Amino acid sequence: MSEVKGVLVIGEVSDGKLLGVTRELLGIGRKLADTLGEHLSAAILGAQLGDLGKELVAYGADKAYLVQDPLLAQENADAYVAAAEKVVRQVQPNVLLLGQTVLGRDISPRLATRLGTALAPDCVELAIDPATKLLHMTRPVYGGNARAIYVCEKARPQMATVRPKAFSVLERNDARAGEVVQLAAGLDPAQVRVKVLDRQKKASEGLRLEDARVVVTGGRGMGGPENFKYLDELAKTLKGAVGASRAVCDAGWVSPSLQIGLTGKVVTPDLYITVGISGASQHMAGCSGSKVIVAINKDPDANIFKEARYGVVGDWKQVLPALTEKVKELVQG
Amino acid sequence: MHIIVCVKQVPDPEAPFANFKIDSATNKVIPPQGVSPVINGFDEQAVEAALRIKDSQAGVKITVISVGNDLVMDVIKKPLSMGADELVLVQDPAIENGDSHTTGAVLAAAIKKVGAFDLVLCGRQASDWDQGQVPLVLAELLSIPVVTIAKKVEMAGAAVKVERVVVDGFETVQAPLPALVTISNELGEARYPTLRGIMAAGRKKPTVWSAKDLGLESGQVSQNANRGRMLKVFVPEKRSKCEVISADSPAEAGVKLAARLREDKVI
Repeated sequence: MSEVKGVLVIGEVSDGKLLGVTRELLGIGRKLADTLGEHLSAAILGAQLGDLGKELVAYGADKAYLVQDPLLAQENADAYVAAAEKVVRQVQPNVLLLGQTVLGRDISPRLATRLGTALAPDCVELAIDPATKLLHMTRPVYGGNARAIYVCEKARPQMATVRPKAFSVLERNDARAGEVVQLAAGLDPAQVRVKVLDRQKKASEGLRLEDARVVVTGGRGMGGPENFKYLDELAKTLKGAVGASRAVCDAGWVSPSLQIGLTGKVVTPDLYITVGISGASQHMAGCSGSKVIVAINKDPDANIFKEARYGVVGDWKQVLPALTEKVKELVQG
Repeated sequence: MHIIVCVKQVPDPEAPFANFKIDSATNKVIPPQGVSPVINGFDEQAVEAALRIKDSQAGVKITVISVGNDLVMDVIKKPLSMGADELVLVQDPAIENGDSHTTGAVLAAAIKKVGAFDLVLCGRQASDWDQGQVPLVLAELLSIPVVTIAKKVEMAGAAVKVERVVVDGFETVQAPLPALVTISNELGEARYPTLRGIMAAGRKKPTVWSAKDLGLESGQVSQNANRGRMLKVFVPEKRSKCEVISADSPAEAGVKLAARLREDKVI
């Protein structure tokens, strides 16, 4: 690409609203653009985007691109990657950022391949190196036990996806000046090879684990499926959700959809309470981004105590009911 | 029906990471001595997904392909002992430390050399570098449709029907063959090899190719600085020490913990 300049973030919209990660992309994008002394553009893709362009500006963009096409009405990676490629080729950014969402995971590696550049996925830190002006992209590896910093020296754009909740959002400012531009996606239905036949919303198991501010997770130490009701009770008191370790899901105690870890979901709640979890690295991969980790385990040498901010060494059967009771009193009192 | 499954050998993610070493001079993560590597968990489930298709219809052949240089034969043969038919290994110092794009390009070349195929299955991501890029790069390079994070894969005539996991539930999608599908843990546990399977796998010889056998120039398969490189791998500083709540009884510790969380405005 010739004449590359600026930072471009490609955000996502769900039910007519900007996703949280879109605002986070604008926050970090603004910071990088200011450091480079370049501008920040933001693009969103969909069928009907209404007034969301103004919102992109209010959260930090200098220029907002609305890419509208009937084929973008539903999330479909084939359509989205084609539309995203079009935007990037038009804007020719120096830095390109997307969210590490279900869709972002799907389209980013494909987009990088088409653009002939490298991608650092799931970044938790992004910074401009003062000496080289290159973007340093830091991501967790080995299940969150180590971190790796990547750099992309020659190819452009320098491309990363960001982990949701890893970056902060700018204060909304509706007085910010910025331009909103419509961009035709020009999609050809033949580009959409994967057809969605049917979508089933899960019979709501309450709050989505990935969105929960508090997660209470049980491991093999819970002893059996009948004891998960104690976790439910604590989670409910804190308006949170219940998760489980792989061993528990493999044993069939709870649904695999509750599994947290390398081979399950990655959660980043403010508070992560583990009960009877030893803290194997494959589990920590799913929760190491939590703000505060609490461990309840009767083995004082369990690895989880190396990861936790607060710990209780003891049998959950005595600890948990007392904890739940006191929490109830405190949060409702 | 010919199904290709791509698998990767990784350090055992169940091993405590404290026993791993990082060689900062070479930017390598060195797994603990004496801990055997494993097939990446999601990839094992990809083998399982292929075997389920083989169980459900006649005339299915499964070829497993792996790219890597320190492959342990007993580990990498596991898909054969589970029931896969053929094993192809691509080994070459030129592909050492290849990035996702390199690995994707090597796999694409190996698949083309293997010949006609209907379906490629991969695990959704590897448990070492956690990138989840290779299957998507591979699909782009083969110019075939790709469906990710599958919990169920079925053949439907000239198409593949996939149930995949999305944010608020599941969706069923269909893609024309040949296609690539990545497998997630929701598929369920992979089967164990049978004794007969292990015996049969012991007698099978893998096909071994070098980059040159695949017609790849060394410039195409080395860490391409044009695209991107890893500057550094490190273990982040521990954020804080654990504050263990002391009390006369476990129940009292529970009460104190709640009070402490309140005090620190965590709840």
